[in-house]
Amino acid sequence: MKPSAFRYHRPGSIAEAVDVLADVGPDQGRVLAGGQSLVPSMAFRLAAPSTLVDINRIEELGHLSVQDGSLVIGACVRHAAFHRSVVDGVPGPFLTRVARHIGHYPIRQRGTFCGSLAQADPASEWCLVAVALGASVTAASKRGTRRIEATDLIVGAMTTTLAEDELLTEACLPLPAPETRLGFAEFSRRAGDFALAMVLASYRVVDGRIAGACVAVGGAEDRPRRIAAAEMALDGNPPGAETFAAAGGAAAEALDPMEDAQTSVAYRRDLVRTLTSRALERAAA
Amino acid sequence: MSARVNLTLNINERDYAVSVEPRHTLADVIRDQCGLTGTHLGCEHGVCGSCTILLDGEPVRACLIFAVQCDGQEIRTVEGLSEGNELHPLQASFRDNHALQCGYCTPGFLMLAAGILERNPSISDEDLRDVLSSNICRCTGYANIVKAVRAAVAEMGRR
Amino acid sequence: MPEGKVLGKPVTRLEDQPLVTGRGRYVGDINFPHQLHMRIARSVHAHAEIRSIDTSRARALPGVFAVWTSDDIPEVGPVDFRADRASEVLKPYRQPVLARGRVRYVGDPVVAIFAEDAYVAEDAAELVDIDYSPLRIIVSADEDPGEFEPGRTTEAAFLTHTFGDVDGAFAKAHKVIELDLHTGRHSGVPLETRGAIGRYDAATDILELHGAAKVLHRNRDTLVNMLGCNPDQLHVHESHVGGGFGIRGELYPEDVLVLVAAKRLGRPVKWIEDRYEHLMCANQGREQHHLARVAVDKDGRILAMEDKIFHDQGGYVRTHGYNVANRTMCMLTGLYDVPAFRAVTHYRLTNKTPCATYRAPGRFESTFVRERLVDAVAAELGLDPVEIRRRNLIRPEQMPYKLEFDEANVENLEFDSGDYPLLFKKALDMFGWNTLQEELKRRRAAGEMIGAGMGLFLEEGGRGPSDGARIAVDSRGGVEVVTGGASLGQGFETAMAQICAEALGVDYRKIRVIHGQTDRIPYGIGAHATRATVLTGGAVHVTALAVRAKALDMASELLQLPVDSLEIVDGTVRQRSNPRGPTITLGDIAKRLAPGSKVLGGRQPGLWAEEFFNPKDTVFPYGVHLAVVKVDPGTGGVTVERFMVAYDVGRAVNPAMVEGQLVGGCLQGLGGALYEEFIYDDQGQPLAATLADYLLPTLGEAPDIEVLITEDAPSPLNPLGIKSAGEGGINGVGAAIAGAIGDAIGRPGAIRRMPVTPQRLRDILRADGR
Repeated sequence: MKPSAFRYHRPGSIAEAVDVLADVGPDQGRVLAGGQSLVPSMAFRLAAPSTLVDINRIEELGHLSVQDGSLVIGACVRHAAFHRSVVDGVPGPFLTRVARHIGHYPIRQRGTFCGSLAQADPASEWCLVAVALGASVTAASKRGTRRIEATDLIVGAMTTTLAEDELLTEACLPLPAPETRLGFAEFSRRAGDFALAMVLASYRVVDGRIAGACVAVGGAEDRPRRIAAAEMALDGNPPGAETFAAAGGAAAEALDPMEDAQTSVAYRRDLVRTLTSRALERAAA
Repeated sequence: MSARVNLTLNINERDYAVSVEPRHTLADVIRDQCGLTGTHLGCEHGVCGSCTILLDGEPVRACLIFAVQCDGQEIRTVEGLSEGNELHPLQASFRDNHALQCGYCTPGFLMLAAGILERNPSISDEDLRDVLSSNICRCTGYANIVKAVRAAVAEMGRR
Repeated sequence: MPEGKVLGKPVTRLEDQPLVTGRGRYVGDINFPHQLHMRIARSVHAHAEIRSIDTSRARALPGVFAVWTSDDIPEVGPVDFRADRASEVLKPYRQPVLARGRVRYVGDPVVAIFAEDAYVAEDAAELVDIDYSPLRIIVSADEDPGEFEPGRTTEAAFLTHTFGDVDGAFAKAHKVIELDLHTGRHSGVPLETRGAIGRYDAATDILELHGAAKVLHRNRDTLVNMLGCNPDQLHVHESHVGGGFGIRGELYPEDVLVLVAAKRLGRPVKWIEDRYEHLMCANQGREQHHLARVAVDKDGRILAMEDKIFHDQGGYVRTHGYNVANRTMCMLTGLYDVPAFRAVTHYRLTNKTPCATYRAPGRFESTFVRERLVDAVAAELGLDPVEIRRRNLIRPEQMPYKLEFDEANVENLEFDSGDYPLLFKKALDMFGWNTLQEELKRRRAAGEMIGAGMGLFLEEGGRGPSDGARIAVDSRGGVEVVTGGASLGQGFETAMAQICAEALGVDYRKIRVIHGQTDRIPYGIGAHATRATVLTGGAVHVTALAVRAKALDMASELLQLPVDSLEIVDGTVRQRSNPRGPTITLGDIAKRLAPGSKVLGGRQPGLWAEEFFNPKDTVFPYGVHLAVVKVDPGTGGVTVERFMVAYDVGRAVNPAMVEGQLVGGCLQGLGGALYEEFIYDDQGQPLAATLADYLLPTLGEAPDIEVLITEDAPSPLNPLGIKSAGEGGINGVGAAIAGAIGDAIGRPGAIRRMPVTPQRLRDILRADGR
């Protein structure tokens, strides 16, 4: 389990990084950020990049701040940054709770928020958060920079629309309105394992009824997705077990789950039904 | 084979001049070039935690980092835990509480615990269990590891 | 038993100082100048004919020293059985060290590469081109047998164990209950992978194997036969070992290859298994399908048990022959008094990783089957699960209890001692079983899916035939205990030192225990099947007594005091009635016993002795596992709220180490019951070949395991009464968890398959409309 040989670059700035990527990207070059997904796949020789462009020492990628109601997360911000509340109000502790489901403590010291988005693992918690909350990312290349909505970025399991010469420099996560309720639930075989399914739910309560509901499911399909049927089952109804169960049923029904040797379609539907109502209950709590 | 890179690793406050291929993991270089074999390889894909070391004070998996990334950073391994013949409170506590059997996972657990306790000596039981669930032990069933770390917290507080 | 000074005390371990300071020496830590690194190119097919192998690209890679296929080592035969497992009928099914003509599982070694460094060796392995022609793939022992080779089917053996009038018992039974049960494939998965270093010293004509473990002398004897050298030309060395659990330390193809290569290539050859290889190549176990039935009378007394077993052996027969299948059958009736019994095993090869012994081999499986049957009887007859077990337990007055099988080639068993009802009662009392039932009722009424279960079991250990020890005291009072035992992390050194210290009268910390070095002692039993503490411990005890006798004899002359008035305390001989009177240290006695000493007299020089211990039979520890689990109906997830292991070990040499064995074994059992499974697709491709897919329990899954160690039934078969502790932690876990889950979901017989994954449990609940 020793990786194949590769060339190594460690640029000191974004400009330098995109220069190198313009060269090596089209020739199987890869960006190395936290490395917590890439390096294991190199150990199994499932990935054999010709070149690694190590962005860990690029200081301008380390920023984490709130700008215009959005949380802006630089490409080198580690999962561990979310061990503490990074913003005031509900979203801060919420992101902390979500972060604790990502791998284990030492993994969270290295792995990055943006790396998760660039990796696009269907079971990534951050990908679900990004899709649910309407995040976008900035991609830089020698050709310029562009902004990509998370839903346009993540197009399949481990598949993004980033070009080979592009560096994902930051993610921009719109912070929900202060009165928004947020809930998250996931199921994995062991603590820290990839989720077999997870649900992020959010809504506001207006005059005793749910408004602006969001139900997003991750880990069950090839990419995270908001489930409109479940949201419709919520909007306009009073929060409570009955409404939540109906939303769970709708989410399970609307799902087109992945199947593997240990996880059947029926089982994933069951999980999503359960987790949807749990995420909603947690949002209500 | 790709070209070698010369660099200096600072491990346990001592400089090691090494010549590595970029693909050499930090764990392999610590073991094979620096001769510090207390850092063990249990899976080489970041799951078991036997290779846990401290990088700039934080516990990380040394099998998921390349040595070439680590010049100028402060690396600590299990060999740097004791001072001379005096065991670190965690080491003594592991011995006193029968927190090891085969000992293979032990350096990883010691560094994981040292890293977290130095950052957060008043860590809650729940958080401590969450952190310690990062590494795998196949012998003890973990009960004595938790006990040992808890006992060491008290001892470290006294020092 | 009289209370010991150090024997029976939970003292700290002698092993720990180097291990906590990172100064252990595991095989990966050992390096020799000019060593080569071996890498194996392995089959990616589960069953195929090898049409051709092209190694030219691998050979051309800079840094590659040699590349071998089976054609390069025609003189090396398949990996042999251990001497005591030889079976003619199984011999054609042994594994060649490199595949010859056919591959039989994904991971089967095909080509060996020897290179200057491990990275290059792995690069070269990728460059080997093997052309395969696929053959029929068998992934289950339930399938019709196929052809292993022309004229030989994949059903390598059909085995039978019988006693009593089984047909008569079933004919007159009040009820017959049948179950269809599966135990999943899992294994020991120690944290340290395997490793081996071969080194040949032409100057002395000695070949060394480093990285060996568990059964060093026996492996040496097998290797000597395979390699055609003499035992004194092959030294097998154990270093620190990162866990064994039955699977580490058996002889595998790679051990043979490094030796052959070291000699032929003239350079040391190092091989360190990676985790991916480990999960495809190291011994697996447990996978059996049981069609079991039991006949009972109207009171729930068992009249007969019958079992038809399909045993999945994987691609080859490894060192243990059909031992696991035999252990499954002969331990199936366990600690119940069963008048009639018949078990048959279809011992079949499949195209998966080969299997052998994993901690409590055959017993984890048979306890699951037996206890599932008993729970099913209780449910069918409306009896309390505790009561039905009480009615069927072997009673203390039946001890020693004999199991005599009809078949001439099946070994009879004699349970040496035990009070099974007493341990059962103690366990239930400590667990608070009766009050627990009330609590469970309340919580169920409040909507929780919660239940309790149990597994009662018998273990075996201390099987002979014999082991020896040599103990020497040097002129400074240092004590060296040389054994042929082995240490896999279980605290062997400490246990032996405690036994020696107690008998000899020295501080256990001043004793150095040697193990796992075939050049230090000609014979050794190793550490397997719960033997070490009984066998080697017995030998250390009698040898230490012999040293003591010699020391006191000399001291008596020197101090001019009668032998029986003397005692040895902390290495000093003194008069029991006059501790402040004249004394002499063991070191001084050793000096006086040196060759040429004026006071030696007719004595053999030196303060040392060598003795053997020959137990007459196997010992049978026994235990009770109790579990409380909570089921999450929405996900099928199971939380183990409580677990208790109660175990009668005869005598605990070090209670803290015994507890460590039981708790650690128990969590491994929970792994096998709930998380761990080597699954394969229908093409025989392994789907659990990483630690992200083969789920070892972490602290997050570990309950606080309660332990009750009892010493109510010391074994009459060894001087210390020891019954050993290595396998009692794991044996009954599957049974107890299955029972508890069945109780929790209100379907006592529903759990038929281990491990109980969340999906499998959800399937059961969904079928019930829940």
